[in-house]
Amino acid sequence: MLGKRIIPCLDVDKGRVVKGVNFVGLVDAGDPVEQARYYDAEEADELVLLDITASSDERDTMVDVVRRTAEHVSIPFTVGGGIRSVDDMRLILAAGADKVSINTSAILEPQLIRDGAERFGSQCIVVAMDPKRMDDGSWDVHTHGGRTPTGIDARDWCRRAEDLGAGEILITVMDKDGTLSGYDIEITRAVSEAVSIPVIASGGAGTLEHLYEALTEGKADAVLAASIFHFRTHTIREAKDYLLSRGVPMRS
Amino acid sequence: MIAVIDYGAGNLASVRRGLVVAAQVVCSAVGELAPAVRVTGDPAVVADAMAVVLPGVGAFGDAVTELRRRGLEDAIAEAFIGPRPFLGICLGLQILFPSSEESPGIPGLGLVSGSVRRFRHVPKVPHMGWNQLEAIEPNALLRGIPDRSYAYFVHSYYADPDDSSLVTSWSEYGGRFCSSIGTGTAFACQFHPEKSQRVGLRILQNFVRVTIHAADPSD
Repeated sequence: MLGKRIIPCLDVDKGRVVKGVNFVGLVDAGDPVEQARYYDAEEADELVLLDITASSDERDTMVDVVRRTAEHVSIPFTVGGGIRSVDDMRLILAAGADKVSINTSAILEPQLIRDGAERFGSQCIVVAMDPKRMDDGSWDVHTHGGRTPTGIDARDWCRRAEDLGAGEILITVMDKDGTLSGYDIEITRAVSEAVSIPVIASGGAGTLEHLYEALTEGKADAVLAASIFHFRTHTIREAKDYLLSRGVPMRS
Repeated sequence: MIAVIDYGAGNLASVRRGLVVAAQVVCSAVGELAPAVRVTGDPAVVADAMAVVLPGVGAFGDAVTELRRRGLEDAIAEAFIGPRPFLGICLGLQILFPSSEESPGIPGLGLVSGSVRRFRHVPKVPHMGWNQLEAIEPNALLRGIPDRSYAYFVHSYYADPDDSSLVTSWSEYGGRFCSSIGTGTAFACQFHPEKSQRVGLRILQNFVRVTIHAADPSD
């Protein structure tokens, strides 16, 4: 049976982890490769490295991080942040990433999804989106790290992304991100039901119950989480044991 | 030397790395020099290798067309049929078949009879993530892999061999599908051993053992 996936996310700025596992055993806790190895050893199902470096002058730094990560982990990993063209995708995938995730650049240039899927295969192309709940009840996708509204509804955008060849959707609900108050189950479920490609829920995980809700009620195929694992509130093992005990299929 | 066939589709670094690590582990245990692992698109190099690995990402039609354009078809067939060990991975399993629903009208290599079909009546395509290998037929590739071990999959099509005795494991996704095949020293798996952590490393180690044994049966 296909297992649901647990995916820790590392935020990387200028080649250094700014939000990562808070664990004394690491020799250099700021090194993304060391963090990635830690989660590989913990048997995370996949990893996401999110490049939050503001300046595009630092692309080479991220490419080097990706290359070194690929040398040391044996689970699939996705790289997002700052990918604006097919050439950017090629650089990151050739360095050893399994998938790339695009967000604002896909909204600005939807053809990028199709071009990437045709060139590298749909399985490589993750479309990330940051919807916000609006007063009128719509779920407006925001760009530029959640700052700019687009007037596009999350369900419409994810269907469009699927039609263009996206292989997976990563949905981060901005109102929830960093709150530890739980995923937005309603949006996650609506998006998951709107498409027939896998959906990763992100934003808000604070307890193991939250992971369970997103994977069951929210119908997500995978959960992405940062703080809950980085601060060692729970280990990946604990999360898996908990979810297994509640009947969620997991790689054990 | 183990040849990893490069036909311009996708990133072969993780396959190469997985084989290098597996070769080191196997060979250091028996005090032998680990075989080199070479990523190549040169038919002469493939023909000269101790063992051949055919990875694959992308579309069926593009892949077989590019293999033919590069003159690799015979070298692959020779490795698959002959005594040198062969390992196909993901699309590298599917293109052994005569055709695929993914690319109608484009003939595959036709080394295994059967068909390649798209997943239907499943909630999500691609089938992506960790799934179990079931009813494992213990062959040289899957030796020591416990039944229901998890391996990493990402694919929208699956192979359906006519001869079910070739099937060495099944997996479940909207019904049972063939997740690996094997005959003699020719193997192919739908999952990605290079992305399947301990289980995958063990499979690659088994492949290296088969390779060393085929090169020197007295070992």
